Amino acid sequence: MSKPFDIGIKPSEITPEAVFLRRRTLLAAAVACGLLPRAFTAAAATIPADGALKDLKEWPDSTTEKPASFQAVTTYNNFYEFGTDKGDPAANAGTLKPSPWSVQVTGEAGKPGTFTLEDILKPHTLEERIYRHRCVEAWSMVIPWVGFQLADLLKRFEPTSRAKYVQFFTLADRAQMPGIRYPVLDWPYREGLTIEEAMHPLTLATVGLYGKVLPNQSGAPLRIVIPWKYGFKGAKSVVRIHFLERQPETSWNMAAPREYGFYSNVNPNRPHPRWSQAMERRLGGGLFSGTIATKIFNGYGEQVAQLYQGLDLSKNY
Amino acid sequence: MTRGLPVVKTLVFCACLAPFVLLVLRALEIGGLSLGADPQAEVLKTCGMTGLNLLMLTLCVTPIRRSTGLNRLVALRRMLGVFSFSYLALHFVVYVALYIGFDWDTLVEDIAKRPYITVGFTALVLMTPLAVTSTNGFQRRLGRRWVKLHRLVYAIAILAVVHYWWQVKIDVSDPLLYAVLLAVLLGVRVAHWRSVERRRTHSIDSKAAVAPTYQRVEPP
Repeated sequence: MSKPFDIGIKPSEITPEAVFLRRRTLLAAAVACGLLPRAFTAAAATIPADGALKDLKEWPDSTTEKPASFQAVTTYNNFYEFGTDKGDPAANAGTLKPSPWSVQVTGEAGKPGTFTLEDILKPHTLEERIYRHRCVEAWSMVIPWVGFQLADLLKRFEPTSRAKYVQFFTLADRAQMPGIRYPVLDWPYREGLTIEEAMHPLTLATVGLYGKVLPNQSGAPLRIVIPWKYGFKGAKSVVRIHFLERQPETSWNMAAPREYGFYSNVNPNRPHPRWSQAMERRLGGGLFSGTIATKIFNGYGEQVAQLYQGLDLSKNY
Repeated sequence: MTRGLPVVKTLVFCACLAPFVLLVLRALEIGGLSLGADPQAEVLKTCGMTGLNLLMLTLCVTPIRRSTGLNRLVALRRMLGVFSFSYLALHFVVYVALYIGFDWDTLVEDIAKRPYITVGFTALVLMTPLAVTSTNGFQRRLGRRWVKLHRLVYAIAILAVVHYWWQVKIDVSDPLLYAVLLAVLLGVRVAHWRSVERRRTHSIDSKAAVAPTYQRVEPP
């Protein structure tokens, strides 16, 4: 198993997520029992140092819906560079080397260059955001991501006025990724957003989940999360950020243009040509949990609808 | 061979039931087994694939029987076919119950609007009379019409593979394998029918060959 980027935390120090989820209850109980002074718990922004991924800020708009288990989130993945079955990435991503890692920044930017992961992360405060994650395959999970606003990162590269779009490239190394041999998608995996979408407060530069660094199969060490779009829009294991003037190529759109559009906003009113998008299976509820109605923009309409005012969403899918 | 048949039938019966038993064990999470992160999809897929695999096996019986002379294999085909239908019917029930919650409007819309579901549902509908008439009684009553009815299995198999192909996201390597296998199984039958035809016309020709040549009439 390759080492995640070294942030000075041993695996043995990582809090089991069952404990992690109940931390506030446990702290409150400890206070109630007189085991901890009140002053210790007053600092809501910090979490006890043993095991946590730095000092995570809590994001006020996290969903209160029940998260999927860490097991589910990390063993049910679409990461075709490691195989096309859902269990393949967890089984095969051991060969990915997330450290050392660097990201190339190119295109319409005042400060392009190659940056190490440490340079990328240093100035930013990590926060935990619990987002709904909706796959285009009509299943969804609630996931507690760890990251920071992508806009804060992109601003550092000073995109010019010509930068109307941002394109993300995933690593495509034959040596580390056995699935690259098969041209099931056009490698390297490419995704893209309009500059407004990339700069939106919800768009997350993601480095962890469940308070731990991203496992390889989840797109270590850096991935993008755009919660109002189908999950495939969030590129994993990002190695290059490219600012450009025209709409960039995106891998799924190139593979099946009628099925996967550039925007791919979650939209129950626009079916996939082969299946409906009106419902979704919310994973984590068990065999008989049925399906729930899919919400437009995955329920983030209040925050993002203004990006698409005047845009015909059935044409611009 | 006939004496060993009950043993073979029992073994095949158990082998056909095993996937279902395993599914139940996984659903109840016995012995550390589980259905994984997406249990509904796992059950749906397992029922569908087991049904499809058994269907393909039923189509293997005749080619194997013809080339090895093991005619008693036919005795197993009904069991494989009925189990195949059972798994595919369960596949459908799982869809209706767990995916659309018995919402009949949605079901009708799915069958009408989603081509892969249209094809899959049609395959199941066509398979139903075959399952119903699989008994000895029906075989006797229908006689030659039974054989004609059961030739529907070829259309059913084609529809089933198309259904599988059309619901895959992008990696068609598995359905492709089944398509190739099906092409071989059907191709073998076509080849057989053509050789039977050839033998039949050849035997007619050989009778004509001994007719006196002076009977040939020259065109004007």
